[in-house]
Amino acid sequence: MSTTITFTIDGVDVQGEPGQTIMQAADAAGIYIPRLCAFEDLSPHGSCRVCTVMVNGRPQSACTQPISEGMTVENNTDEITEIRKDIIEMLFVEGNHYCMFCEKSGNCELQALAYRFGIAVPKFPYLWPERDVDASHPDILIDRNRCILCGRCVRASRDVDGKTIFEFVGRGPNKRVAVNAEANLKDTDAAVTDTAMDACPVGALLKKRVGYATPVGERRYDHNPIGSDIESKRTTTA
Amino acid sequence: MTKPKVATTSLAGCFGCHMSLLDIDDRILKLVELVDFDKSPVDDIKTFTGRCAVGLVEGGCANEENVHVLQDFRNHCDILISMGDCATMGGIPAMRNTIPLQECLDVAYKTGVTVYNPDNVVPNDPDIPLLLDRVYPCHEVVKIDYHLPGCPPSADTLWEALVALLTDKPMELPYELIKYD
Repeated sequence: MSTTITFTIDGVDVQGEPGQTIMQAADAAGIYIPRLCAFEDLSPHGSCRVCTVMVNGRPQSACTQPISEGMTVENNTDEITEIRKDIIEMLFVEGNHYCMFCEKSGNCELQALAYRFGIAVPKFPYLWPERDVDASHPDILIDRNRCILCGRCVRASRDVDGKTIFEFVGRGPNKRVAVNAEANLKDTDAAVTDTAMDACPVGALLKKRVGYATPVGERRYDHNPIGSDIESKRTTTA
Repeated sequence: MTKPKVATTSLAGCFGCHMSLLDIDDRILKLVELVDFDKSPVDDIKTFTGRCAVGLVEGGCANEENVHVLQDFRNHCDILISMGDCATMGGIPAMRNTIPLQECLDVAYKTGVTVYNPDNVVPNDPDIPLLLDRVYPCHEVVKIDYHLPGCPPSADTLWEALVALLTDKPMELPYELIKYD
């Protein structure tokens, strides 16, 4: 069965295939929907809510919502942009994000989203939570100060690597990424070659001894906003 | 017509943002045509001589003196700008925010591995400004009108922002000029 589903994003006609999510169809059409917890082919998590769009007037996460014939999707509106900015600002104040010395700076998706939305400073008060660092593994570092609980490492380790090294423990403000061992990461079978090591959008899961390799000015988001790679594929004009 | 006045200060900062301000190179000659400097380390004027159009604040508030200076700036400046990551989010000094203050002082003056302090006392002279319980970004202490993040904000960022303000243009900085590192 190969039927085509037609729906609109911000008034633009978009075609997709049955079973696609709004995000998949939008990506193929060159329309960028901002996201954090959605990553390549990992199963959608629907937890960060950055990809929230209005579907027929109701908020839905674009990474989990399947497309249907004739649906109306609002993506780039003032209302949704404000919601997304609030979410990103909350992520900044809920952790300890010291961009000035972070190895991930310039390649960080959280930072890149803040740049894209022109956030100079979060409007919320900083919480300065106490978070721990696990540097036990010879090749891998976990810095939970920077963790935004997107679950990308959890899913990559479980679904792609087949190792299930990471899992969430705790609830609410106490929620954190734990490792599948009595003590620390070194006691797991984590390897620096695992796909999970490349799944982290921020600097919470880092490979040791490779930081700062790319000079300032040549990093991923130094000149091009996040999502511009998707938008460059766009053929239809609004 | 008298030129508008600009004041600058460094609170809990490293003066890196001021170095970035000097990094506007020969545009500093144009800046001097546009403005006069009031209280600032640039000309070493210690107290305000009058009302200022723009105040540039580097660094957050780590002690009570920082708070007094910041309030003084708010009282004297029409537009107050947080300059750099320390002013906008606390920066490196804010790394102590997750550690109790007493513990910080103990490590700095008593138990740290490189500490030589035979009297084993933490400095407590009344002339030394009292430390705050934690480091605060400027906008959590007074109203801040504009934020220029960066460590430091690039010279171009500071130049574009100042010129926009002094020539009554909207401050619309391009993508490359708002960076957090």
